[in-house]
Order: sequence, then structure tokens, then C-alpha cells
Amino acid sequence: MNPPAGSRIVVGMSGGVDSSVAAALLKDQGYDVIGVMLRLWSDSNTENRCCAPDAQLEARRIAGQLDIPFYVIDAQDAFYQAVVQPFIDGYAGGITPNPCLNCNRQIRWKFLRSRAKALGAEYISTGHYARIKISKNGSYQLLKNPDPDKDQSYFLHVLTQDDLSWTVFPLADLSKPEVRQLARDYGLAVADRPDSQDLCFVGQDNYRGFLREVDPSILKPGSIVDLDGVVLGEHQGLAEFTIGQRKGLGIAGPEPYYVIEKDIANNALIIGFKNKLGRMSFNAEDVNWISGESPTDPFNANIRIRYKSKAVPGKITPHGNNLAHIELTESLPDITPGQAAVFYQDQICLGGGIIQRKAL
Amino acid sequence: MNRIYLDYAATTPVDERVIDAMLPYFKEHFGNPSSVHRFGQEGEKALDDSRRSIAGNLGASPSEIIFTSCGSESDNLAIRGAAFARQENFGYKHLLISPIEHPAVQATVDQLVSLHGFEVSYLPVDQSGLVDQGKFKEYLREDTALVSIMAANNEIGTINNLSDIAGICRGRGIPIHTDAVQYAAHHEVNVDILGVDLISLGAHKFYGPKGVGVLYVRSGTDLLPSQTGGSQEFGLRAATENIPLIVGMAKAFYLVQEEGLARRERLIPLRNQIIDFVLEEIPNSQLTGAEPSKRLPNHTSFVFENLDGNLLIQVLDSEGFACSSGSACKTGDPKPSSVLTSLGYAPEWALGSLRVTLGKDTTRNEVDQFLGILPGAIKRVREVSR
Repeated sequence: MNPPAGSRIVVGMSGGVDSSVAAALLKDQGYDVIGVMLRLWSDSNTENRCCAPDAQLEARRIAGQLDIPFYVIDAQDAFYQAVVQPFIDGYAGGITPNPCLNCNRQIRWKFLRSRAKALGAEYISTGHYARIKISKNGSYQLLKNPDPDKDQSYFLHVLTQDDLSWTVFPLADLSKPEVRQLARDYGLAVADRPDSQDLCFVGQDNYRGFLREVDPSILKPGSIVDLDGVVLGEHQGLAEFTIGQRKGLGIAGPEPYYVIEKDIANNALIIGFKNKLGRMSFNAEDVNWISGESPTDPFNANIRIRYKSKAVPGKITPHGNNLAHIELTESLPDITPGQAAVFYQDQICLGGGIIQRKAL
Repeated sequence: MNRIYLDYAATTPVDERVIDAMLPYFKEHFGNPSSVHRFGQEGEKALDDSRRSIAGNLGASPSEIIFTSCGSESDNLAIRGAAFARQENFGYKHLLISPIEHPAVQATVDQLVSLHGFEVSYLPVDQSGLVDQGKFKEYLREDTALVSIMAANNEIGTINNLSDIAGICRGRGIPIHTDAVQYAAHHEVNVDILGVDLISLGAHKFYGPKGVGVLYVRSGTDLLPSQTGGSQEFGLRAATENIPLIVGMAKAFYLVQEEGLARRERLIPLRNQIIDFVLEEIPNSQLTGAEPSKRLPNHTSFVFENLDGNLLIQVLDSEGFACSSGSACKTGDPKPSSVLTSLGYAPEWALGSLRVTLGKDTTRNEVDQFLGILPGAIKRVREVSR
């Protein structure tokens, strides 16, 4: 999908090699490119790692080299509302939220699009490794990047037909080595810098401290119990744990214990041995179907429950527009409420949803 | 895209005639004025001629002209130099300034207060930035070391007539400084009419080169040097003189005197056209700073309620118009400007500021083009601002 020649395109720039090459490719193709970095909110103890001063300097330098305008746009309030507050609420509700998904949907697309329009641009672009294709019936499809290590469609499953109609992914099917080579060809001296950083708004490995600061009630001590309800010890707050976690439990047993479930009502952490871990089915809510329409009948697809995990075959039964029941062909140990389950058929990303806390 | 520059209060392009005047001094006549030989003597002559020219244009004597590297350095030398001399000689430690001084003055005063035991008072200004002259005497103290009030404000364009205040200071033997970097880019300055003891000037605001300024120091005003070393500039500013830039500044300043009236007469109607248009056509807009008769001839500044001023500058730039804003910030973390906050503007107004400043070559057509796109740009930015 290519915008008309000469179109103005706003490129989200991180200062890293991916978005720099994306900008260079568009400029090379004759587009009227504007580089933008969004200034995101961060905890007062830290700089937001997606727009830290050195990242800004790098992006500004690359924009200078490409001779394109570059603006840093204030998105701090919007980011807090759309990303940080739901992150806090998610932990308070006992899930492990994935703030990058909200950021993509609300900030990197919706917010950036509104600013791009004000800047006279009908298109936005990023350095994501994924491809947009127009199918035979004229609808937009989101396709994986062939390199499973680089494919970023997992985070993009929240995009809608409308979003895709004004989005450009110049890196599309390129591999990381090809992108690095392009950077060399364009003479761009840029280091690798992830286009997005997990929990960019709190200090490194400090989300617990952050939660404690904003809402001490999120981290209240409670019991660690086994599957029979026998109390084995005490935890310092359910938010510190995630399903399938083994480290940091501090409970000795004949074999290692794993986090099996969080009992929010009783503030209890349920642990058990490895053979008790794992589920074959779960429900997803907030499901986005990229096609814009929920399939009516159950269908088979591959399901990915974490960004880097491999896709597992399964059956998806849609319920209404944004709920789905998923049955996997194998048991997975780390199905985590709050994380996304993303559905694929071959190269096509069909959409996905947020894993619910309890099975039906 | 054809880009139109409307940010002449930030800086100006160097006039061709100024470039021509400077060129021989980069390579042909490159001597160090301190040297004994003919090369040095050529440099010394250029330095001397430039000093005489600027002194003549100010109604001052050449020994009262100190070349510096910029207006900010002139402010630093004036404030720190006079404050330290007064502290050294008399133990005085009180500084009196306005709340809307340039950062070069404000930050220097802040450092004197935090590190050197000085105290600062602020002479009140009204919402247009005019200082309260009637109250001036009440703010002076027995131990007032220095008064500094800017002649024209960079952000809001307001001109303060300092003659009366300067007269009071002279009567009491208190040195008074003015940052005239913006004012002197448009108006002739005569040191006896203005009556102040220290005046900061910067060349790049009036089509001279960047990197050169002047501090006028009235004879008899005691200063401690802030840059020590050789005995250049009457021992007040050690450094090999930057002859090409100094020559350029003298030429550019001469041109202000020659052409200032004509420039003003041409700019004022264009400026007024912008002010009238904005106040009439843009809802919830206000002119910041003083009414047209009391502001710089090229200067317009506004606030728009509930508008992301930073985004407006970016949107205007993307349409080819370079403007500025008091809260503009390259790092995307805009704060209301301290000037607008001092003047009493609430954040929902102060964050939406716009400064449009014209230059001697700005045409009516350029102004018309700008006003043609401005309402649409503001509408679009307002739609996405909170």
C-alpha cells in the first residue's frame, strides 16, 4: 500500500535504526516527510525511555541529516490518561497489564494521527516490522514480518481498518540485517534502539516501587497457598507475581513451585508444582478484529500469547463482537491475564484480545 | 516549499553591506590588534574605527564602548561587574530588576543571590509589562547596588521609557543598566537622553553577525571584569578582539541609525495589520504586551486560550511560516513562559502564546500570506488541544 506520490507523511522517530531507516526510505521515495517524536509522561524519578534526551538528540540529528523537519510534540497528559492510569488500574484489578498495547492504540496511532492531521499529513509511518496489504475484497490486512524474531504484528493487532488505511510501514518485509545495510547505504550512523521500550515510563525494573508510590493498596501482603488452600507463606503483593513465575516465591518444596493463579478476592497467591501449571483454554475480551467484522463461526488459527512466544494452533469461538473463547491444542504454562492473545492464519494477523482472568 | 521567516526578534540575516564590510578582516587584514607590527596596526585601526563609529551613534565617547561576544555577555558583565564592584567598594548587596528581564539578566541575578549574598527586589509591572515608575523610589534601598530594567521586552515587545528612573538613579549615585538588545535594533539610542549607565547591545538582532555585542559603560561607572586575562577592552574583557565581527557590528549599527526611521515607518502598518486581524478574526485571543504605540515597531505577540502553542509553531512551520512562542520548547515539555506568568496570565492562556516579528525586508505580500493561513492553523491546533 503506497500513499500517492508526494504525500506528506509524519514518521514517528525514536532515534533508533528502524525508524531512521523508515524515514530515509520515505524521503527517498519522494514523500514530504516530517519526523515527530512524542513527549510521553514519565515517573518523576526517571526520563521516559521512549523519548529520553539522548533519544531526542539522535532523532534530531538523523532528521538533520535527512534534511526533514523534526518536532517533539507534547503527549504527556494523553499518555497518562490512556496508558499509565489503565496500567495502575490493571494491577489494582489483579492482572498484568500490557501498556504498549494501549500506547499503540491511543497514542502512537490515535494521538499521533490527530497531530499529523494538524501538520497537514494524511499518513503516519513507523519503523515497525510488519506489512499492510490490500486484499482482493479491498480491505486492509496486517501481515507478519517473515523473521519471527523481528515480527512486531503482535503489538499491532489493535489496529483497525481505518488505522491501516493511513498507516505506512516502510520496513514491511525487510530483515534486520537488510535494515542495518540500508542505514549504512544512507550513511546513517545509528545504533540499535528498540522502537518501544517496555514500561518506558518507570525506572528500570522499578514498576513495584512506582505502584507502591501511586497506590500503596495495590501491594498488600497476603497468603501464599497451595492448590488445597494450605498456607505455605506470605507474599508482599500480588502485583509482584505473574502466572507461571517460578523465581522469587521463597517456598521450599520437594520440587520447584510455580505461580498457578492469583486469588484476587482473598489476596492469595496460589502456587503448585509444574504439572499443575498450564491451561488449554481461556477467554479473550476487548477483541479487535482487524477485518472490522467478527467471524460468526468457530475457526482454527494459530495463537500467540506473548510477544516472543511461538504461536500455538487452536480453535477460536467468537462471542459477539469483542469476546472470544480460545481452545489450544497444547497446554501453555504462562497464559497471563492482561496480556494479549493474538490470532494468525498463515502470515495474516487476524486480530486479538486481552486474556481474561477466569475461564468460562 | 517557500519558507517565510517571521521571527526577526530571535535573529536576523546578515545584511549584504555588513558582509562586504567584514570580509577583508577574515583574511587580508587579519592582524591581532595587540601586535606591534603593521598587521597588528591594521587590526587596531579597524577596532578603533568601529569603536568610534558605535560611540558616535550612541552619543558616547569611544572609551565607553566595550566589545563583547553577544548581548547576553554584555548583560553578564554589566550585572556581575557592577554588583561586585559595589559590593567590594561599599558592601552594597541589593539588586532591583523587573520580573520580566531576559534570562541573561535574571539568571545572573539569581546566581548573585544564591552564591554571593545579594538580595533582589522586583519593580512591579502592569499586565502589559510597563514598569510602575511612580513606585520606583519606594523600591530603592540605602544599599542598592544596581538597577536593571530592560528597554524593550523580547517576548511581548513592550518598550519602557527609562529616562525618569535613570534620572532618579543618577541623583542617588546608583548605577542603572538596561538590556537594549531588542530596543536598539529599531530605535536610535542616545546615552544622555536615555540617561542610563550601562547598555547591552547585540549585533545579530539588527542584521549584524552573531557572536558580537557591546556593553556601553558610562565613564565613572565601576565594574569588575568578569573575564580576566589580557588588558583588551580597557581591562574589562580579556580576549583577542574579534575584528571581522566587530567591524560588522559597527556597520550594522550605523545602518540602523541611517535607515531606522524608514524601517519603522514601513513596519508599523504591517505590524498593526497583524494585530488588528488577529484580534478581530481569532476567537479568544489577546494581544500580550503594550498597545501598539508603546511596543517595538516589528513586534506582535498574542495568547490564545486553550491552544497548544508549541504545536501551533510546528503547524505554522509545516506550512512554511517560521514564528516563535514564549513557551516553545524543542523537547516537547512546554511550560508557561515566566514572562506571561509574571504578567498574570493563567496557564490556559500562557501556554498558547505566539510571537510574530517582522524584518526590514518583510513584505505586505508575506504578511497577507501569513494571515491567510493563520486562522485555519489555529483552528486545527485548537481542535486537537485539550
